[in-house]
Parts: sequence; C-alpha cells; structure tokens
Amino acid sequence: MSNTSVRWNDHAVEQLVGRLLQFGVLTAAIVTIIGGLLLLIQHGSAEASYAVFRGEPAHLTSVGGILRGVRDMRSESLVQLGLVLLIATPVTRVAFTLVAFVLQRDRTYVVVTSIVLAVLLYGLVFGHL
Amino acid sequence: MPLRKAKYGPVQRALVSAVAAGAGDVHISRAMTTLTLALIIGSASFFAGLLGSLTGLGGGIIIVPLLTLGFHVNFRYAVGASIISIIATSSGAASAYVREGFTNVRVGILLEVATTLGALIGAAVTGLISESALQILFGLVLLFTAYRSMKPRAEHLILTTPDKWSERFRLDSTYPTTAGMQPYSVQHVPAGFGLMFVAGILSALLGIGSGIIKVLAMDQLMRLPFKVSTTTSNFMIGVTAAASAGVYLHYGYIDPTLAFPVMLGVLGGALVGARVLARSKTQWLRPIFTAIVVVTAAEMLYKGARG
Repeated sequence: MSNTSVRWNDHAVEQLVGRLLQFGVLTAAIVTIIGGLLLLIQHGSAEASYAVFRGEPAHLTSVGGILRGVRDMRSESLVQLGLVLLIATPVTRVAFTLVAFVLQRDRTYVVVTSIVLAVLLYGLVFGHL
Repeated sequence: MPLRKAKYGPVQRALVSAVAAGAGDVHISRAMTTLTLALIIGSASFFAGLLGSLTGLGGGIIIVPLLTLGFHVNFRYAVGASIISIIATSSGAASAYVREGFTNVRVGILLEVATTLGALIGAAVTGLISESALQILFGLVLLFTAYRSMKPRAEHLILTTPDKWSERFRLDSTYPTTAGMQPYSVQHVPAGFGLMFVAGILSALLGIGSGIIKVLAMDQLMRLPFKVSTTTSNFMIGVTAAASAGVYLHYGYIDPTLAFPVMLGVLGGALVGARVLARSKTQWLRPIFTAIVVVTAAEMLYKGARG
C-alpha cells in the first residue's frame, strides 16, 4: 500500500517537474532571443572572431555582474541572463526533487539529493575548486 | 602540397554549403560581422540539432567539431556554447519523456552525485590540458560513439536478482511494457557509479552530454531495461551539463555572442526534429549520422596529432 502511494507521488512530482523544465527552457529562450536581437541591432556590424580565447570580461562571468549589466541595459548581459536561467533550470529541478523526498520522509534520498544540489550551487556560485 | 589545401574537411564543407545553399557563397574569413556569423552558426547549429534529434544520438557530440573545425572557433568557447545547448535540448526532451513513466528517479539522482562531481572536477582541470590532447580525446570519444551507435539495440534479459547496493538505495523498480508493469532489479551499482564519474569528467572536458556512456553504464553494467536507461540518461544529462556550465561561466568560456545562436539553433532543430520523429521513421538517417561522426573523429584526431 505505502509502496504504491510512494510511486504515485514520484510520478506526480515528475509530471510537475516536466512542466517546470518546459517553463524554464521557454523563459530562458525568450530572454535570450530578446537579448540576442538587441545585441545584433547594436553590435551586429562589428567584426567577430572567436579564434583566440580571451576569456569574458568580469561583468559576464558572475551572476551578480550579469544582473548589474542587465540593470544598465547591456544587451550582452541580457543574453547571458537568459543562459544563466537555462543553467538554473536543471538546478531547480533537483531542488524540486529534494522537496519531494523531504515530503516522502525519505532520509537517504534527502541526503543524496542535497549533495547533488550542493555541487550544482557550488559550481554556479563559486565556480572554482 | 595538395594536403594543405584541405583547410576545411568534407563534413564541414558539406554542413556549411548545406546551410549556405540559399544564401549564396559563404566564405569563412576572420573579417565577418557578428550578424553574419550569428546567422551562419545559428543555421548550422539548427541542422546539427535536427540531425541529433532525428537519429536519437543528440546533436551535442557534433557541436564542438562543427564550431572548431568548421568555423575556427577556439576550443574553449566551443565547449562553453555546446554545454549550454545541451542543457536546452535535454531539458526540452526530458519533459516529454517523464510523462511516459520510464525514468528511474532514484537511479538518476544517485548517479548524479558521480556525474556532477566529475563535471566539477573536469571543468576545473580543463584549463590545464592542452588543446591538442583534448582534440585527440574528442576524436576517440567520437569513434566510440560511432561504434556504439552501429550496434543493434536488443533488449537484454531483465533481471530480478537482489543486489546489496540496489537494496540499500531502493533502486529496484517497475516499468511499463505491453504485458503490464514489469519489475526489474539493478546490478553493479558501484561500477556504474564509477563509470558515471568518468562520464561527468568527459562531459565537462569536451562539452558533450556523454549520453552514450551513461546509457552504457545503466543498460550494460547496471542491467536496467533499455527504455529506462535512455530516459534516465536524458534526465541526468541536463543536470551534469549544468554543473559544468556553472564553472565555465566563471572561467569566461561562455561568450554570449557565440552561445546564443548555437543554443537557439540547436534547440530549434531539436524541437523540429521531435515533431518530424513523431510522424515518420528516420532510421535511415542513423548510418549517415554515424558516417559524419566517423569522418569528424578522423579530422579531430588528425588536428590533435598535428598539434
């Protein structure tokens, strides 16, 4: 009995998570498209080359810098925000999975999912080992 | 020296000319504008996403070769753009798969500990590895992908023998078949976990989804049913890629001007591919894609060996 209710919960959560993924990708794509169009309008005629790696300027490499750039209406920052939203989509998915395991009082998987979430957030926030 | 003239390989020429067919002659030079390059790279990425989706092999594996060999994009920028496009396609595809009830969430999240840690380490050490070494590694992974994609997909025997680790982590589950819900048990959990760590490292180093290795670990080693392996792999690819992408953002590998046409192109191609796939059989495309992968592997190995 309890086993079937756990399975159903898993399934219900997955349905919700599926919607969440679609919503996340859609939102990220819309922000990226708007930013990309602005970028092409403003800098479309500039010469482009990606042959040499120079690294990105500081305002495009951290979440805080990107948000400040968006506030200053920089088009490349808006594109980068869309990409960060995209990166955040699977992270949010793991967070939802964690909530589901907490609700199921599944201690083992609360720990397992917390480790995955911690690794993801560490990469996104600090980015250095 | 006739060899010197082959600046672009046959695959790249084919891809570029396929894209440029309607737009007249396209000559890749350093003096292209952002707009022109975005349009060409976006169209080529659309084509890669479409092919990857139609063959079920994912476009991620050919994005980095397409960008580096075809458009002279630096390897690190290419990896950054590719990993972003992988998150987009896997999240889009996964939302369709979870409705089918095949995904084993426990197996997925447990193995994600290995893939995300591998990805974090891989992304952190990639700067220490030479570009030619990465190209050779990429070539070998492409060859392995081609080899695996040619093998027939026969469903193996579904086991129900209990396993110590599977019991501890309650991994055994059921999946829908024509004969109703079929129970299965999971084998060789530590070995599968180890292989997933490798998959995570490769994903970060090369900007690929590592779907082939993930399916290999779950299908062959852990003996999950094939459908469960592929859907759970898809569930994991986006999470693994997100771990790498976070680190790459900080290292400056993600260039917005390059990443946006690649991401939108691949995503668009994958979405169109999924629509086509629902209506028609595309099995005949598989050998073509495999041939492209083999030729690309040869070029990657050649470029890597030449230094």
